[in-house]
Amino acid sequence: MLADINIPTPALDLDSIRKDFPILDQQVFGQPLVYLDNGATTQKPKIVLDTLEKYYTHYNSNVHRGVHQLSQQATEAYEHSRITIAEYINAAHAREVIFTKGTTDAINLVAASFSRSVLKQGDSVIISALEHHSNIVPWQMACEYTGASLKVIPINEKGELRMDQYEALLDDSVRIVSVAYVSNTLGTINPVKDIIRLAHARNIPVMLDAAQAVQHLHIDVQALDVDFLAFSGHKLYGPTGIGVLYGKEEWLHKLPPYQGGGDMIKTVTFAKTTYNELPYKFEAGTPDISGAIGLEAAIKYIKHIGLENIQAWEEQLQTYALEKLQTIKGLRLIGQATHRSGAISFLVDNIHPYDLGELLDKQGIAVRTGHHCTEPLMDLFQIPGTVRASITFYNTIEEIDRLVAGIERAAAMLR
Amino acid sequence: MTINEKQEQVIGDFSFMDEWMDKYEYIIQLGKELPLIEDQYKTDDHLIKGCQSRVWLHTEMKNDKLFFTSDSDAVITKGLVSLMISVLSGHSPKEIAETDIYFIDAIGLRNHLSPTRSNGLLSMLKQIKLYAVAYLAKAQQNGQA
Repeated sequence: MLADINIPTPALDLDSIRKDFPILDQQVFGQPLVYLDNGATTQKPKIVLDTLEKYYTHYNSNVHRGVHQLSQQATEAYEHSRITIAEYINAAHAREVIFTKGTTDAINLVAASFSRSVLKQGDSVIISALEHHSNIVPWQMACEYTGASLKVIPINEKGELRMDQYEALLDDSVRIVSVAYVSNTLGTINPVKDIIRLAHARNIPVMLDAAQAVQHLHIDVQALDVDFLAFSGHKLYGPTGIGVLYGKEEWLHKLPPYQGGGDMIKTVTFAKTTYNELPYKFEAGTPDISGAIGLEAAIKYIKHIGLENIQAWEEQLQTYALEKLQTIKGLRLIGQATHRSGAISFLVDNIHPYDLGELLDKQGIAVRTGHHCTEPLMDLFQIPGTVRASITFYNTIEEIDRLVAGIERAAAMLR
Repeated sequence: MTINEKQEQVIGDFSFMDEWMDKYEYIIQLGKELPLIEDQYKTDDHLIKGCQSRVWLHTEMKNDKLFFTSDSDAVITKGLVSLMISVLSGHSPKEIAETDIYFIDAIGLRNHLSPTRSNGLLSMLKQIKLYAVAYLAKAQQNGQA
């Protein structure tokens, strides 16, 4: 019953927070924008926008090689961002933080380096059934290149990993386990501590795709004891085009670089190239300097709001949204994991997700529709796709109510 | 009615609706009236490439005129197909191949549809025109055009 749904009171000053995000204050098709596609990308606070503008207006310059003042300023800001990120995820050292283009680029880096130095015929790589294409295809490519094989941890009907099956897959052929921390489609939070513990018991390294986790959960790479972790800046209120690969130093020393040129070299002769030290060994070419500096601003903003406050409000919003959505006749949730975060996927009756998404858009409500780059997962549920509402801390109770009313109106038209 | 007269009629129908939700209501209604493709033609070789939702299109020549039937798994797509078919079905291949289709822009559909839907609509138009050109070429070969 609607009356039974508890309406939470935010611990955050939402009015003030929403003013930090100028994009939210606009109308779409004559309605105030309700942005619920945060799983795809988050909006940027003013401090990030100002930081980007300041960089390009005052000290735009290339890093590491310039002797002039602007280059030194840019280098200092770029490297300071690395330190801030290392502290944010509690890396043992800033040299364990590699700047990449994003999560996909980071996973490709590890997969390509593994295929050149670790993987061989007869080996295997473990991923899971709920992976994003970015954590499937690079490993498929690595397996094709080396003759290794891909093993997939199955999920149950709620969208949770079958941990008994995972244990059964862990044999002597496995060279790495690479799984999502949080599913972008189902919102499932995977039991990553157990995944890492079980793999490490057999000396198998673990990579976590934290693209959907880093904005919602506190991540401590040392406490997790994870070997590699990847995330994107733009899902963390930072700019697009910048991402991070965290790697344990011992692994980063062991792996060869997979791209050449720029900062990744120490000396070059036509006979031989000596690679640079960490982290530069893996940062070929001119990096996304503004992106790195913008990402630092985003992390400082999150710290200012407080990740624990963000988490608390997101959990309340999520609970409210789940309860309210389930009052809609014919709505079925796709994925009902006990531990979840961010994304809520659903379908209503037999209505095509594109139809529902389009009519929500015309009511000013931005959601994602389709297979969310998880086609194997859609095949598993035997559906063409879902409608996905992904919540973050600047969303409000009123916006959830607008979503519910919008779905009801659209569904009435489409039935 | 000529194709252009039908286009003008569609533009006229849409001009009465100010709200986009009303326009969608109308499109959905059209979808429900779509001449449905026979099941035997709902095969991969009748699927239109470029549509995010699945669209099957079948073409038939009767008395030198082309007739289209279609289906889709998405209702709004069905409505858009229906709109396109209502304008183009029942005309000669020459007329279909040569007429400029301007009603999509005139009713604001291209700008207001999501890019994937908009691309799908254009793919559909392209496919219909291709059929018309193919029939036209065949007729010319047989000395009928």
